[in-house]
Formats: sequence, C-alpha cells, structure tokens
Amino acid sequence: MSAIQYRPGKEPHPKEHRVVFKNVDRADWDTSLKTYESEGGYDQLKKALGMEPKTITEEVKAAGLRGRGGAGFPAGMKWSFLPPNNDKPVYLICNADESEPGTFKDRYIIHQDPHQLIEGMAIACFATGARLAYIYIREEFPEGAQILEKAIAEAHKAGYLGKNIQGSGFDLEIYVHRGAGAYICGEETGLIESLEGKRPYPRIKPPYFPAAMGLYLCPTIVNNVETLCHVKHILEIGSEAWAKTGTPNNTGTRILCVSGDVKKPGYYEVQVGKVTMGELINDMCGGLKEGRELKAVIPGGSSAKVLRADEVFTVGRGDGARELTIWDIPMDFDTLAACGSMAGSGGVIVIDDSRSISWVLNNINNFYAHESCGQCTPCREGSLWMKKITDRVVAGKASPSDIDTLDSVARNIDGRTICAFGEAASWPTESFVEKFRDELVADTKPELEDDFLNAEALTAAANLR
Amino acid sequence: MSEEKSDLIDVQINGEWHSFPKGTRMIEACRQAGVEVPHYCYHPKLTSPGNCRMCLVEMGMPPRPRPGEDPPEPDENGHLPISWIPRPAIACANTIAPNMGINTESAMTEECRKGVMELLLANHPLDCPICDQAGECSLQEFSVEHGKGESRFREQKVKKPKNVDVGPRIRLDDERCIMCSRCIRFTDEIADDPVLGFTDRGSHTVLTVYPGHELANNYSLNTVDICPVGALTSNDFRFQMRVWFMKETKTIDVNCATGANVTVYSREDKIYRITPRQNNDVNSDWMPDSHRLNFHWIESDARLTDPLICDGENHRLATWQEALATSADKLAGLEGGEIAVIASARMTNEELLMTNRLIKHLGAGHVDTVTRMGEADGYLISADRNPNTNGVKLILGLDDPGSQIESIKEGIEQGRIKAVIALQENLVEDADFSAELLGKLDFLLTSYPLANPTADVAHVVLPSAGWAEKSGTMINVTGRLQRLNKVIDGPGLTLEAWEIVRDLIQATGGGNGIYSVTDIFTQLTQEVSEFEGLTWGQIGDLGIPLIETGETIPLLEREKERVARGLIVG
Repeated sequence: MSAIQYRPGKEPHPKEHRVVFKNVDRADWDTSLKTYESEGGYDQLKKALGMEPKTITEEVKAAGLRGRGGAGFPAGMKWSFLPPNNDKPVYLICNADESEPGTFKDRYIIHQDPHQLIEGMAIACFATGARLAYIYIREEFPEGAQILEKAIAEAHKAGYLGKNIQGSGFDLEIYVHRGAGAYICGEETGLIESLEGKRPYPRIKPPYFPAAMGLYLCPTIVNNVETLCHVKHILEIGSEAWAKTGTPNNTGTRILCVSGDVKKPGYYEVQVGKVTMGELINDMCGGLKEGRELKAVIPGGSSAKVLRADEVFTVGRGDGARELTIWDIPMDFDTLAACGSMAGSGGVIVIDDSRSISWVLNNINNFYAHESCGQCTPCREGSLWMKKITDRVVAGKASPSDIDTLDSVARNIDGRTICAFGEAASWPTESFVEKFRDELVADTKPELEDDFLNAEALTAAANLR
Repeated sequence: MSEEKSDLIDVQINGEWHSFPKGTRMIEACRQAGVEVPHYCYHPKLTSPGNCRMCLVEMGMPPRPRPGEDPPEPDENGHLPISWIPRPAIACANTIAPNMGINTESAMTEECRKGVMELLLANHPLDCPICDQAGECSLQEFSVEHGKGESRFREQKVKKPKNVDVGPRIRLDDERCIMCSRCIRFTDEIADDPVLGFTDRGSHTVLTVYPGHELANNYSLNTVDICPVGALTSNDFRFQMRVWFMKETKTIDVNCATGANVTVYSREDKIYRITPRQNNDVNSDWMPDSHRLNFHWIESDARLTDPLICDGENHRLATWQEALATSADKLAGLEGGEIAVIASARMTNEELLMTNRLIKHLGAGHVDTVTRMGEADGYLISADRNPNTNGVKLILGLDDPGSQIESIKEGIEQGRIKAVIALQENLVEDADFSAELLGKLDFLLTSYPLANPTADVAHVVLPSAGWAEKSGTMINVTGRLQRLNKVIDGPGLTLEAWEIVRDLIQATGGGNGIYSVTDIFTQLTQEVSEFEGLTWGQIGDLGIPLIETGETIPLLEREKERVARGLIVG
C-alpha cells in the first residue's frame, strides 16, 4: 500500500482507509485490463469460481456488508431472498444511476477503476446464479458508459466474461444500459421498469419485490456500484478481516462525499463509524470556510433529514444512552439513524451560516418537484406544491401560515406513496420546518396572510369586476 | 375447522370479524362487509397499479413477540389481538392475511383520505359547472365525503392541454385528469390497442395518445365510462344532458347475439346515452362503441308513426282498425300454402310466440327469419348480429333459420306464394328481395319501426316499436335468457310487435286473451319445454342460463384467465 503514488493534490487524507477507492487518483493507474491485472485483478473472480456459490453469499452475509446506495440494507440478506426452487433466470443489476444530490462516489469507480466493478459483479453473479447482468448507468455519465463498455469488451476478450469463464462452466454477460436522465431510475423497481423499456414508474411492494419478481418478473438482485465492489474485497481478505474494519453492524469502509461550505469538499473513504462528523469536517475537509459557523448538515444525500448544528442528540437506550453534539456523531448507519436522519448514500452536505435556510430548502424542493415521476398522487401533487410554497418564501411572497401548509403537505406525502421517493421528497421539508421554523417564518410576511396569492384567480376576479 | 371453511380467512374490519376466501383483496373484503373504501385507480377488471392512494387504510396484524416474550393469547373465538401498523396500506392491491385488522374509520385512514383529496384537487381546474362528469364524478363524491371543504392551495395551477381530440369519439381534458391510468390499462389490457400513455413527469404529467395514433378502437368509449373524472368525455353525449336529470333503465343490447347488458339513460322519451352494465356472464363491464351509439335512429324522422294502407299508387294514413281489417280481408281467401310469414330474430321470445300462433292460425305454409351473419370481433361482438336467433330456433322451431328464404322467393316468382307477412324485417334491403318480386304479391304486410323500401311496396304497413320501446325476453349466444326492458314510449301510434301480431290474429278471427308481455311469458312456460317452471321475476336484471349452446364469449374467457393468474379481481 505504501508504494501507491497518488496524483499531486489528490493524496488521500491520513484518516482515510482506501479500499474501494484504492486506485482512484493513482498516478500510475489507468482503466486498462493490463493495469488492473498487474495488481491481482480478477484473482478474486478466479478464486470465487472454485467456491460454492452459497459460500460466497455466506461470506458476504458474515461480513455484514450493508448497501451503499442509500437504504443500508444488508447485501447478503438481499441475495438470500432469491426464491430457493427457482426455475426462472436470475438477473443482477448494478445500480449506477447515482442520482442523489450530494453523492459523487460511484462515478469515480466507473471512471477510474471499472474492472473493480466488473469483477465484483462477476463474483456476485456467480454467487446468485445470474448469467445476465446489467449496469444501469445514468444518462449524465456518457464517458463512464464508454469506459465501462471498453472494460467489458476487454474482460470478455480475456475470458473473465462470456461463455465458460476461466474454464469453470460459468457463463456471464454484462450489458451497459444508459438511463435517460431521471432520479427515479435509481429506485430499484423504477430502474427495472426503465430497463424493460417502460416509464420508470416504481412498482408496488407487495407483490413486486425484485428478489422474487424483478426484471421481466424474474428474480433480480439490484446492488449499488460501491456495494458490488466491496464483494471483491470481502473475498480477498475474508469476511472476518473485512468486518474488522468499521464498527459492529456498520462494517467495512464507505465513501463519504462532502459538498457545501467546507474548505476541501470531496470524497473520503473511511471506516464506517470510525470517523466523527467533526473529524470529517474539521480535519479531513479542512474545516469550514474562514469566519463561518456551521448551521446545519444533511448527512446522507439531499433526502436525508437535516441536522442542526446546535442540536444535542441522544443515542442508545437505557444505561447505554449518551448525548452527542453534531461534531461527535460517528458517521455510521445506526448512529445517524438514531440521530433522526440517515447515512443514506454518503452524501454529506455542509451548510454554514451564510446560507438562507429558505433558499436551501427551496433548492431541494425544486429538485424533487422536477424529479417526481408523477405516478402516485401525494408525491406528484405534493412535491410541486411544496416547491411553489418555498418559491414564494424565497421571493418574500409567503405568509407565516404557508409554513404550516408546507409542513402538512410534506406529511401528506410521507409514508403514503408507492416508493421511497415520497419520503425523499418530504423529509427535507419536514426536518427543515421542524428545526428551522423560526428562520423560515422570518422570511414570510404576516401582512400577506389574507392576500389572494393565486395570480390566476386574482386576474379572473379583476375581470369579473 | 370444517373442510369447506379451511380456505377462509378471518379478518377484522372496523372492529367486526368476518371470513373471506384466501386471496381476497382488502378492498373487496371491505366491500363484501358493506364497508366502502373510496378509490380511483382500482378497477376489478384491470390490474392494480396502486397509484391514486385514495384507498389507503390503517392496517394491523397480530403482534410479533420479541425474543423471550410470550406469544399473544387468542380470545375465545381464536382471534389474536391486532397491533396496528403506523404506515397505511393500500386496500386495492393487497390481499388479506389471517387475523388482519382493517380500520377504515380511524383517524389515520381519514387523515390519509383528506390528504389525498386535497392533493388531487390542488391542480384540478374545479370546473364542475361546465363539466360533463358533474353528478357522477368520483372526485366530487369523495370530496364531499372526505374533502376539507376549503382549499389551502394558493399557487398557480399547472396548465395542461384541454379539449384534445384523442380519437373520433372521445375528447380529453388533461387538466381534469387525475392520472389514475384506468384508460391506459383498459386500452392495453382489454382492447389490445395500447395507444394511450403518459408523457412528461411529476405534476406536469399528461395523458396523451401516441403520436400518429388515435384512440379509435371499437371499445374506446369504455374509457369514458371508467374515467372517474371528466377527463375523457364522449363526443356523442357531452353537453347533451345533465346526468341527474336522466332516468336509468336496465336493459340489453340488441345489436348482436351477445346481448350485452346495458343501462339506457333517457329523459322525457328521448334517449341520451347507453352505457354497459356489469354482467360477468355476458359482457363483463364493457360494450362495443358501434353498439352503444346505435340508438339515434330511434328518434329519426323516418320513423313510421301511423298504420298505412296502399290503395293504389300511394300509401295513406289509416287507423289500426282499418289497417287490420284490410289485412284480414286480403288474407281471408288464401290457402295456407299461399301465405309466407317472414319473422325476425330481432323479435323477443314473446313476439315470436305470438308469431307462431299467427302462423298456426293462418296455417301459413312458409316460415323463415332473416339471418345477419358477420364476423365475430374476438371480444364481445358475436358473428350473429341478430339478438335472438336462439329464441327463433326454440319457439318457431326453425332448425336452420334463413334456409327457406330462397324457396319463398321462388314461390313468389312462380306465383305459388300470394301473400307475405314480413314482421320486423325489411326484405328488400336485408334479405335481397327485389321490389319487383314483391310487386307480384297479392298482399304484402310489413311491420317495422322505420320507413323502408319494403314498406314502399307493401299493401299494409304497420308502425312498430323499436327495441327501446318494448319489453320481452331474448336468448343470447350462450343460451342465457335475458330481459329487454322498455325505456321510452314509441312515437305516434306505434305498437310493440307482440301487440301487432295479437291484433292481427284477432282481426283474422282468432281469439286470445293476451293483455301483456308477462301473459305471453306465462304461456311460453307452458308451451315451450325449456321455459317450464320459470317466472318473469326470476330472470332478474342479469338473466339466467336457459339452454346449453356450447358457445363462449372470447373477452370473458380472457378475463377468467387473468383472474386465475391473480392479475385482476374480476
């Protein structure tokens, strides 16, 4: 490891623990198969092909690998949901739709280390019995798609993909499928619909759980890019050693993407739970900008609930209960959930005191109003309504009661939609109103309370007169 | 638990325990328990996308004991307590589970409904005063029951296309559309013509017909029926009449042997609209556009309203007595072998029974009906475009209807047949009799609702009621006995064909004590063995199986298959 040379200015922070990102920004690295093979590339696939598929799943389970896409669901458990006496084809889909605002990790894997992903996928396919896999990559990564295509072609030629891989009798084809630019395609059943050539309307669950009825109604596993890469490393060092990184139930490393008001925004691969918010912001990211104070952090992508800088969080139960400030929060799945938010996709958005909360919330609402697929009522109508209210808050055309309306619209979406987009769209508003109500109300004008704010109706009324 | 009870599952609905078959959807369980769950996108004949979220209900299951905890104790009926789940569930797509609890009256359920209603109305134009759906709009109905009564929406509404021609018979108002996707699913799943879809996304989503296509299939108007709002409206019906002014009459379609069950909407002896009426043994919830719209002729200017007698060149108006007396005169001197009776498979069983009496009374030597064969469409339209061919076979005893027509023509040509009584048929246009051939007859009597070329050359023309102006029974292609019910009064002096035939029998010296259709039906039950033991009331609104024909209705077979696969409720 010590021999690795990174490009100047791109050296990992000493508190980082590079596993998946080992080859990102390396001076002597490129995306070719030759380079990948020069450091043991595809050795883990060769090893896997000599193992029982079930053993690999057990290893991934034992490692405690939790999905890095957003929900943090244990990957090995997901695989074991495949029906036991299945006679249909099994599909594996790599979710490379990386679309949660604040998240920018998968693209670096794809751009700089594509074979790592392909090897991880090949192992996962062997473990789950998939002979056909797709990489669903977002439209906004055209170069990434080309790099993957090229890498797949190389791997194919070298016998890591295709028929009878390495003489094992195992066949696998991987195809790259480009999306058309929609956030909802990151939702696994929306992604599946899109892959089938339809509008990416998420499916109702039950009955359409992908493991049982996924792509073409066949058993399907959908995993995030980073998650699949980890599979290779679990095999390399064994689940026990792998699980020693990170913290119990929050094992391994994960890439945190820090954006917003810090001196050095960027990606940082850390052991899950071994780095606190304070270390991340103050040490790794070089601290807040000069003269600024922290106002809030959105810790897991824009849909995660916001944490207020001066909050005190109580985590743990009974005797184990302890109080944490925002700086003390270890960046893991369970603690962030206990703090009322989530680790999500690892996108940490830092907001300092120069930012208007109304503006930030409006920015987020804009995104979700634009990205709601429109399939089910609450999200379709509610996300645009919330955006229109915060539009007015920002423009100084809202009254204090609009903030109550805003909050109740969010609560009419939360928990009532087909997919998790409903929560993604409503949690920002719910948490911003809960934690920054005063600031939002300060941007409103009480004198507008009884005003007829619907311009259309106003014109109609004027015409009547 | 007894053998037949083993497939039943106990579910608690609003505090009361009920049993339902395994696999029952929550919404259907509620319906069977008399509890209405409001919904927009759910339709039992279509797949359930669960998109409207109106049917969200509070749901619960028995509590799962934590490790070390005792499992919950069942009560004396074997029911476990229910632990209510904090997240509501859609009742449309979820099936019941043992010991499930459903609460449609809880604060959570009501909160969900209120929320969804408000969101549905946020961008809705609220143009009820000029909307055709007003009065039969689910958005209005559920708004009254579950709405807030006032709007908090202070924003500009989303603008969408209005008055869009999506096909020859249908118009779309995208602003009214609540995107339930029923029409999309219907055209895809039932009509096999998937021309509708959504474009754009989020609140800007619009229902659209695919470029270069139109919603023109022969089942397109069913989308108007199932549209829960005023987004899709029928060009034929829109702006014609407010729905609450109309009278609804249950009857059947007579455009083919399927006999689709329909509701006819009328006001003051004018028909405004026909919609399919659910009958899972006949037409499911659907009907073809071509049949639905074939009613405007009922109020045509060409309707015959008075009996007519032709004394020489021209027809003149006559009274019924005069027309019947003239007919009796003309028939009096003829032998049975000189008389042909051509009846119609459009006649009701009761009309056919009276016709059979006339035939026997006159000793008519030649009897047939006119066939109307076309192509079956593979959905609901039967190849037989006559509604009561089975009635003809059973009551007139014709084994092969239509087979005598040519020999009757020959008989006329050769002068053997001197008189023809054409009941409810237009021989010139529908059976290829030439006017010249009919001109050879000493006597031609016809009864028909409309002026026509056969009437032009008839000696006596009797004005008869159209299908919507009479009652009776018919037997459809599958052998189902169904009731045709009178919707409106016929114009002028028209009579129902059974009355015409009865009067003709009387005028020619035959007696009978028939005063009503039900009288005839009673005689049918005595004279035709298949009808034995039946009563008029027993037929009901949905009909009853009468005979085995071995025929099936293709659309129903496909629906049954979808039910078996669990795709639809049926």
